[in-house]
Amino acid sequence: MQTERGAAATPSNAPSATRSVVGDAVKVAGSDRSRLMDIVQSVQVQLGFVPDEAIRAIADALGIHGVEVEDMVSFYAFLTREPKGRFHIRLSKTPISFMKGARDIARAFETAVGVPMGSMSSDGMFSLDWTNDIGMADQEPAALINGTVVTNLAPVDAETIVAALRQAPATSALPLFPGLDGQGPSLPRTRVASSLIQPGPIIFSRGGRGDGVRAALTLTPDQVIEQVTRSKLRGRGGAGFPTGLKWKLCRQSIGDAHHVVCNGDEGEPGTFKDRVLLTEIPDAVFDGMTIAGYALGARHGLVYLRGEYAYLRSSLQAVLDDRRRLGLQGKNICGREGFDFDIRIQLGAGAYVCGEESSLIESLEGKRGAPRDRPPFPTDRGYHQQPTAVDNVESYVCATRIMENGAEWFVGYGTRESAGTKLVSVSGDCPHPGVYEVPFGITVNELLDMVGSPEAAFVQVSGPSGQCVAPKDYGRRIGFEDLATGGSIMVFGPGRDVLDVAHQFSEFFVEESCGWCTPCRVGTTLLKEGLEKILADRGTLADVTALEALGGTVTRMSRCGLGQTAANPILTTMRNFPQAYEARLRPEPFLPRVSLREAMREAIAVQGREPVGEGEQV
Amino acid sequence: MSGETFTFTVDGVEIEAFPGQTIIQACDAAGVYIPRLCYHPDLEPAGHCRVCTCKIDGRRSSACTMPASRGMVVESNTAELNADRRTVIEMLFVEGNHFCPYCEKSGDCELQALAYRLGLAAPELPYQWPHRELDASHPDIFIDRNRCVLCSRCIRASRTEDGKTVFGFERRGIHMRLNIDAKALDETNIAAADKAVHVCPVGCIVIKRTGYRTPYGSRRFDQAPIGSDIEVKRAHHPAKEGR
Amino acid sequence: MAKPKLATCSLAGCFGCHMSFLDIDERLVELVDLVDLDKSPLDDKKDFDGIVDVGLVEGGCANEHNVHVLRQFRQHCRILVSVGACAINGGVPAMRNLVGLRECLEEAYLKGPTVEAGGLIPNDEDLPLLLDRVYPSHEIVKIDYFLPGCPPSADTIWEGLRALLSGHEPKLPYKLFKYE
Repeated sequence: MQTERGAAATPSNAPSATRSVVGDAVKVAGSDRSRLMDIVQSVQVQLGFVPDEAIRAIADALGIHGVEVEDMVSFYAFLTREPKGRFHIRLSKTPISFMKGARDIARAFETAVGVPMGSMSSDGMFSLDWTNDIGMADQEPAALINGTVVTNLAPVDAETIVAALRQAPATSALPLFPGLDGQGPSLPRTRVASSLIQPGPIIFSRGGRGDGVRAALTLTPDQVIEQVTRSKLRGRGGAGFPTGLKWKLCRQSIGDAHHVVCNGDEGEPGTFKDRVLLTEIPDAVFDGMTIAGYALGARHGLVYLRGEYAYLRSSLQAVLDDRRRLGLQGKNICGREGFDFDIRIQLGAGAYVCGEESSLIESLEGKRGAPRDRPPFPTDRGYHQQPTAVDNVESYVCATRIMENGAEWFVGYGTRESAGTKLVSVSGDCPHPGVYEVPFGITVNELLDMVGSPEAAFVQVSGPSGQCVAPKDYGRRIGFEDLATGGSIMVFGPGRDVLDVAHQFSEFFVEESCGWCTPCRVGTTLLKEGLEKILADRGTLADVTALEALGGTVTRMSRCGLGQTAANPILTTMRNFPQAYEARLRPEPFLPRVSLREAMREAIAVQGREPVGEGEQV
Repeated sequence: MSGETFTFTVDGVEIEAFPGQTIIQACDAAGVYIPRLCYHPDLEPAGHCRVCTCKIDGRRSSACTMPASRGMVVESNTAELNADRRTVIEMLFVEGNHFCPYCEKSGDCELQALAYRLGLAAPELPYQWPHRELDASHPDIFIDRNRCVLCSRCIRASRTEDGKTVFGFERRGIHMRLNIDAKALDETNIAAADKAVHVCPVGCIVIKRTGYRTPYGSRRFDQAPIGSDIEVKRAHHPAKEGR
Repeated sequence: MAKPKLATCSLAGCFGCHMSFLDIDERLVELVDLVDLDKSPLDDKKDFDGIVDVGLVEGGCANEHNVHVLRQFRQHCRILVSVGACAINGGVPAMRNLVGLRECLEEAYLKGPTVEAGGLIPNDEDLPLLLDRVYPSHEIVKIDYFLPGCPPSADTIWEGLRALLSGHEPKLPYKLFKYE
């Protein structure tokens, strides 16, 4: 494997050139092991991949071992140790993109480029790959071309895009990477629509830039936490941990430096509301982080931005630069002596598990995104083992609004357990996909009426890790009391196959399991294979029973939320759509996974004859 | 170890612990065996295998990583937990390529011994038959990744005990593999005396020419189940165990 | 009352499990009192007379003939037992599962270092076709019990069989529970 990699290096990546690219990257990020992600990404932008020579050079520069660099690089889907085409076209793979025609788009790209998905054109110009949901469920089919997002693709666009890319000047090594744009050709479909359909009274109540911070500064840090606690704000990522309590625990932890982290990983397929927040009201997010900084006594803020949203980075950085000029970032914020707070944006590289807060922290430290065991909790020992509050993008906006308008105002909305409003990202069979700010307590029915899909056959709430809700349960309410959700609402109309969707989600978990713990690493694959046997019309009642038991073990034994929810696509469809399984069951007490004919296919080809053929051919 | 001792219970048995001890450390000292695979007493816990998962005050967590605390109520030896542990062991058998009949480690293998102890007569989950790399380049040591259970013992030992960082992981999910800090093992500075070579619970890292010095039938787990060495302490010292 | 009937077969294995079975030594006399032997290589009986009570399967399924025999056993045996490592996970023959079938045949018959020029992959029309890989018996038919070992010791087979014949689940004592 490794020698192949070495041999595949192109002459333009000769050792000395590679070493100098690494040297430059290390110069920018600093000789700091925890900045490995930035160093590797910068090398990949320059070279198109991370060759072995670069791995050795990075290890030398950081004083670590090559095996540690390889550990990190090989973990992330967007980092590659193999050469890729100059233009890496990655199509978003989700049940939503498929229902919107992504397979046709794939075929169109295959025709335009002349190679199948999963491969590179022989001239080295193009690589075609699938990638998991890129946060554009409201405008699928969508794709990433290097770092640029293209949306609402039609098959005819493939040819236009490929032709435009072929015209790109050969001098620009890898155009279309964020930060390097402007060098590339202009492409169609590069507009990412905001898709804010229904702003509500809280999140989108327009406060002025910095208002929330100034309001917080009229209080003591303890009073800020007290306000957030009284507001009953709970984490908007879906888990619903009380934000006030988290901040209190973090503030109480003793450390050298507290940290405020914004979880902008938004990897749950079907959600894109953080994308909308970071596009529409980034200042409200940064205000919220700054408020947390004040409340926790933290001087460092980090935004972990998922790799798929790399295109947002430069605009977000511009907002941060503005804030510095306005005295909202840096030293003595809003003139308050000694209140210093800086925010850095850390780009991810394609790993769903990094939405889990402890994986996110590992990733922030430049390591593979494997979750940590708790305790210790991040509020005690998080980023660099220091007290760290990790909160969702939307949670920070809520904190800003609470400072602007008061806790009483906030609890005036929502239900007893779920104060405020919730952003939901609606996609699928729906005339108006987009972001809606809804009151907590809204029923699925009401939500479906609102988005114009009263006929929905099933609704996936909270993405693959959530629940597949059947029409009989459309009276259930969005909120922490009932259907807790980070906000992904995928609508499936009549005629959609619930088991096909469950299968795609099972595959998603196979690809996104970090591999750290056995039940998730192995169990996700076994679950997918179990479902595939049923989908192949070879499943028996015993298989369904065994699959359910396996799902239980994966749920109970896995280490983090990913594994603990990885069986949900299967378990919730078994519970809510038993008829979908029953319809596919075979009456036999036992059936092998493969038919004898299939098992002999290779021998028939190798030996050029038919089987001897004793007995039946099942 | 410092500070006042305290007690908690495991399956109703009162266990004495020091502040800073994990559940598994306190239980080991007290002679109560909790099945485990990736845990090694000389290494920092890593929580990979999940075999030591217990119900701790009603919530599941790994006993190797969870600090013991006063009054904790731990359930370990229950039918439900043992069934889940058995399935996890079964997963490891079908994930790799484990051929016990011709493995040097058979009888000394902790994976196999756990299967014996938990009564796994045969793994019935579908075998994956993955492609795994071997490395016999080193004069004294070979690596057969077919048998690797990704427990990270060698990774941890090489880093913290040997100060070498010869091992690491590569890739993720079902494609995760044990990686080495060179193209071949003989290009690393590993030595047969290293801790990393001696902590492998299975037959993945093996010292050459030693595999059959002890014949099958006379090995560690041939006579008594895994964990018996821990349980014997309780048999001999049923009361408190102090250090 | 008629004695219970026993059948045995050896599929892709080495016949070692059968040899181990015969190692029950003087207990063979007891066995004769306990069961009637139906289809088995031990009595060279080629076909089943009817339904038998216990079937012991040695070996995994490497070719279409193995599958055919195993299915026959499933149809005729009230209780079907996988005996030994090959029936349980494919065993030594399953080493070929780590390479493709074509590669395996080519290495064995065409390209391997011990092959003389002009090698040939055996392809007589009476030879059963190989499966893409060696399958454990429980991946082909429903298996009721497993007796692990390579081979399972005579004591293991004896204890397992006696339990089944008396209507009990085989529960092996720790010292007989072995994968090797």
